[in-house]
Amino acid sequence: MTAVAANLKDSAAVAFIALLLFGPFLGVQLGDGNAGNLTLSTRPALLGVAVALTFAARFLMLLWQGRRPPAVLTRLTAWVQQSGKFVAPALLIFAVALPLIPGVENAYIDLGVLIMTYVMLGWGLNIVVGLAGLLDLGYVAFYAVGAYSFALISQNFNLSFWECLPISGLLAACWGIFLGFPVLRLRGDYLAIVTLAFGEIIRLVITNWVALTGGPNGIDGIAHPTLFGLNFSMAGGPGTFAGFFNITPEPGQRITYLYYIILILALLTNWVTLRLRKQPLGRAWEALRENEIACRSLGINLRNTKLTAFAIGAMFAGFAGCFFSTREGFISPDSFTFIESATVLAIVVLGGAGSQLGIVLAAMVMIGVPAMLQSLQIYRMLIFGIALVVIMVVRPRGFISTRKPTVLLGKPKVVLT
Amino acid sequence: MAYALQQLINGITLGMIYGLIAVGYTMVYGIIGMINFAHGDVFMIGAFIGIIVLTALAGVTSVPLGLLAALLLSAALCGLYGFSIERVAYRPLRGSFRLAPLISAIGMSILLENYVQTSQGALERAVPDLIPGGITLMNENGFVVQLSWMQMAIVVVTLVVLGVFTYLVTRTPLGRAMRAVEQDPKMAALLGVDTNRTISYTFVIGSALAAVAGIMFLVYYGVIDFYIGFNAGIKAFTAAVLGGIGSLPGAVLGGLLIGLIEAFWSGYATVAYKDVAVYSVLAIVLMFMPTGLLGRNEVEKV
Repeated sequence: MTAVAANLKDSAAVAFIALLLFGPFLGVQLGDGNAGNLTLSTRPALLGVAVALTFAARFLMLLWQGRRPPAVLTRLTAWVQQSGKFVAPALLIFAVALPLIPGVENAYIDLGVLIMTYVMLGWGLNIVVGLAGLLDLGYVAFYAVGAYSFALISQNFNLSFWECLPISGLLAACWGIFLGFPVLRLRGDYLAIVTLAFGEIIRLVITNWVALTGGPNGIDGIAHPTLFGLNFSMAGGPGTFAGFFNITPEPGQRITYLYYIILILALLTNWVTLRLRKQPLGRAWEALRENEIACRSLGINLRNTKLTAFAIGAMFAGFAGCFFSTREGFISPDSFTFIESATVLAIVVLGGAGSQLGIVLAAMVMIGVPAMLQSLQIYRMLIFGIALVVIMVVRPRGFISTRKPTVLLGKPKVVLT
Repeated sequence: MAYALQQLINGITLGMIYGLIAVGYTMVYGIIGMINFAHGDVFMIGAFIGIIVLTALAGVTSVPLGLLAALLLSAALCGLYGFSIERVAYRPLRGSFRLAPLISAIGMSILLENYVQTSQGALERAVPDLIPGGITLMNENGFVVQLSWMQMAIVVVTLVVLGVFTYLVTRTPLGRAMRAVEQDPKMAALLGVDTNRTISYTFVIGSALAAVAGIMFLVYYGVIDFYIGFNAGIKAFTAAVLGGIGSLPGAVLGGLLIGLIEAFWSGYATVAYKDVAVYSVLAIVLMFMPTGLLGRNEVEKV
């Protein structure tokens, strides 16, 4: 019984701290007055509920800590860890078949497009963070470069999506190299802050260079992709997809087309990553991640290794950005804030840095779930923040924390990273 | 000349605020080696507690008394915030793999921003000019160089707070414990230093300093919203890195430099690109001095 008493006492202390913490924010509310005549109103009920919830949560947590997790749970975790072999193909089949299932609403396919975009970004960033171990907090910069290259080139030179796609990727890769040069000597957190700074610089330049980019108003009326010259206009008639195949034009056709484009782009990213991992370059990246000094001592050219990682990672972000801009038809600097970089990085880390399947699962959770919570609008980001902290604390190594060794000697074994 | 002097005064004032926040970053980095991304948001929380206290004390006519109350309450509550943040989001991840605390910190930052936004609204909040007036330093062809009481108050408060803080770190048992844990946590623990408690105190002190900076920001600019923490946090972190992360004098020096760059760039070039200037200077300095201005060059072994 003393244990319960101690737990109650502990929970009461936590509740008291919660009372102090929540007091100024949940307990009172500032009115809408101007400077000099601000007003305060109190909301004791909300504060009371918050403190009571904290008390209950702490008490339950202490109770839970006293027990071992049930065997079912450990077995389930182990099963998920080992199940990569058939979960991945199953997901792939599902992804390919999704738009073909009759009765699937366009909204879901659209959500699929969104998730897939983040899967692609996650896989791209994974090359930099997961494979080469370079912490990049400004990944969204390359996404922005891709998006703006496509918007500007297609509008100024009248090129189509498919012509611009490689150009966007190439330009983003160039920026990857260009921004990679100054940070070659930096390590860990210095690298993180400089990449973050680069991300902010690119966003600020886009926002302020009104003559080129339209500034905060963004660029409107960006061309949609075409299928061998056939567009997806709702008007129908000759030259359109619907007109060519003699079917009634529907918005679903365009969304399905976009869905397959991003699916192919994402799979391309995955395929390139998997192939590169088996080649000297990929090995060099992983050596760099494990230990920079040892890597250098073995005669690996650090400069080339780092720059290729930045360039290839940036290239895929450029592709994704190009796709983003053609999908939305409108881009503005608001789409390329730090929160995007943080989201992509969170997807990579939550997936278990280095695991391709983990990134897919993490993207589904981090993008899919908030999208489902649209009705909770203002609480969405709050929940996102709480989820990041909770998932990290519960599973610090991400969803899939095992990593397949790149090189095998004899029987394959699973190593804990 | 007069114009430059005015920018110098503005830059130093701004730099003091950045310096105070940067000290919190650099302390936490020094002691547990992580970027406390939520630190900028603790600064924002401090400013909000300040505005709430000032509003609650609207009946009190004495401005210094009201400000002192806001300063103390805000520092105390922010200290508690720092303590709780460390307990909830960072301590369970200590010793875990490198990126986990960073993601947790980013989550904490998003959480705090949206917590304030949902509880107090997304509107900008303003306070009237609390310390009006100042002294005129010089008058050159009609351009008046003003040193306002407010700027003087900010500089004086910062110097006092930093003085107390330096005393705390260099002369007290707690400071000694902090320095010991910074050098080698395991050895410090073996010698009887309570590492967990020391780390908690580090967060409390760092957050209290951020709260002081928050109050000064509130009084100086008069307008705050839930998003100020992001920008100020990044700039303060830039300051900490510029000065050499882990070095306390470096943080203050970096803060001053960032403040001056910002003020002079706004004064002589374009205001729109002032942040670009700050980040570019950071990148250029780090290119040639990869560990910042006053940072120690760590010897790494395999």
